[in-house]
Amino acid sequence: MIKIEHLDKWFDDRQILFDINTEFKPGVANLVIGASGSGKSVLIKCMVGLLEPTKGKILYGDQDFISLEYQHKQNLRREIGMLFQNNALFDSLTVEENIDFPLRMFSKMSPEERKERVNFCLQRVQLTNANKKYPAEISGGMKKRVGIARAIALEIKYLFCDEPNSGLDPLTSRVIDHLLVDITKEFNITTIINSHDMKTVLDIGEHIIFIYQGQKWWEGGKSEIIEARKSNQELNEFFLASF
Amino acid sequence: MNLISEIGRFILFMKFVLHRPEKAKVFWKITFREMYLIGIDSVLIVILIATFTGAVTTIQTANQLLTPSDLFPTQLMPKFVIGAVVGTSSLLELAPTVTCLVLAGKIGANIASEIGNMKVSEQIDAYEVMGINSASFVTLPKIVAGLIMIPCLIIIANFLLIYGGVLACSATTSLTADDLIQGARLVFKPLYLKVMLTKSFIFAFLITSLSAFQGYYTTGGALEVGIAGTKAVTKICIFILFFDLIIAQLFLKS
Repeated sequence: MIKIEHLDKWFDDRQILFDINTEFKPGVANLVIGASGSGKSVLIKCMVGLLEPTKGKILYGDQDFISLEYQHKQNLRREIGMLFQNNALFDSLTVEENIDFPLRMFSKMSPEERKERVNFCLQRVQLTNANKKYPAEISGGMKKRVGIARAIALEIKYLFCDEPNSGLDPLTSRVIDHLLVDITKEFNITTIINSHDMKTVLDIGEHIIFIYQGQKWWEGGKSEIIEARKSNQELNEFFLASF
Repeated sequence: MNLISEIGRFILFMKFVLHRPEKAKVFWKITFREMYLIGIDSVLIVILIATFTGAVTTIQTANQLLTPSDLFPTQLMPKFVIGAVVGTSSLLELAPTVTCLVLAGKIGANIASEIGNMKVSEQIDAYEVMGINSASFVTLPKIVAGLIMIPCLIIIANFLLIYGGVLACSATTSLTADDLIQGARLVFKPLYLKVMLTKSFIFAFLITSLSAFQGYYTTGGALEVGIAGTKAVTKICIFILFFDLIIAQLFLKS
C-alpha cells in the first residue's frame, strides 16, 4: 500500500501540487486522471523519486520514501516497476536483454533461471517471436508489452504506469489496460496508472483520483464518476472533453 | 556566477559517478565495449592526424631553420636541431594536446549525444526507478575506458608523429631521417614523458567526464541533444587548453 500525506511540489515560485492526500491499495487498478499539465505526471515522478517533493510524505508500507537514506531508497526502488510514456526501453539491447536487465543486475539467478523468467514474462504479456528483436524493430503495442514484462521481471510490489495508452490504437489500448489489471490482481501489486483516457477510466478504474490544477479534486470508483460529474463542473468538463 | 554553479553541479555529478559499480561483471562488460568504441574506433583518425601533422611539422620547421634568408645568408643551424624541435614538440604538445582536441570532437560529441538521447527518451529515468545509480552506470565505464585507451592512443600518436617526420625527410633532400631521430634523441628528457602522460590522463578524464555531464543534464528533444554535443566539444576544448597551460607551467617552469 502507498499512502500520500500533504504532498506539495513547487518548481521555483510555481506550485504544481497542492496538499495531495490519498491512499493506493494493492490488487486494485488505481487511476490518476486529469488534463495535460494538471500535475499527474509530477505526482507519479514524486512517488518514484524522480522528483523531490517540496513538502509531505510518501509512505510505502510504513517507510517514508522521502526521508529514506540513499541506499535504502535504492533498495526500495527494486520493488518498483515503471512503464514509461515513451516506453524507455534500452535501445541497444534486444527485447529479451531488456527484460533480463533487472534480473542480471539484482537477482542471484543463474543464466538458465533468468532465461526461464524472461520467457515467462514474455508469455505473460503475450509477446512471442520478438526475443531477438531490438526496440526499433517492434510496434508501439509490442513496446508497451516489453515495458510491462521488464517492469514485472523482478517480483515487484509497486507498478507505476505513465500514460500506458499514449500512441496506441483503441483496440491495443484496451488490451494493454486489461493486461495491467490482470497482472495487478495476479501478483497483488499496488498499481498506479496515470491516464487522461476516459475509456480506460470507465473500463478499469476501481479507484480514481481526479487531479485538477494540481489539487485532488475528486476521488472515487468508476461506478461513482458518472453521478459525481453532475455536481462537479471540472470533472464534467474533463469527462465530456474525452469523448 | 554561472560558471561557479556549473562547476558545483559537475562536482555533485562526479560525487554520484564515483561510486562502486552495482555489479562488477556488468560494469566490466560495458567498460570493454566502451574501450573498443573509444580506443579501437579512434585508431584510424589518430594514425591520419599524427602522421600528417608530424610530416608537416618537420617540413615547416626545416623550411624555417635551414633555408638561407637575408638575415642569415648561410645555413648556420645544425640539421639535428630540426629533430630536436619536432621530437620535443611532439612529446609535449602535438601528441597529447592536438590528439585530444581531435578526440574531443569524436568521442566527446558521441558520449554527450548518446547520454543526452538516453536522457530525453527516459532511459536514464528507467535506470533510476530500477534502483540503479544512473550517473555512475552510464558514465563510469566511459571514464575508465577513456583513462585506459586515450593514453594508449597518445603514445601511438607520438610514435606516428616522428614517423610522419621520417616520411617527410625521405621526400626532401635537405634533411635525413637520421638527422631527425638523432636530434629527437639528443634532447629527450624523462620529464617530457611524464608531462605527456600527465596530460593524457587529465585530458582523457576531461573528455569523458565533461561530455557525460553535458549529456546527462540534457532536457528537451533531438535539437537539445545536438546542442549538448556541440556544447560538450566546446567546453572540453576550452578545458584542455586551460589545463595544458597549467601543466606546462607546473612542470616546465624555467
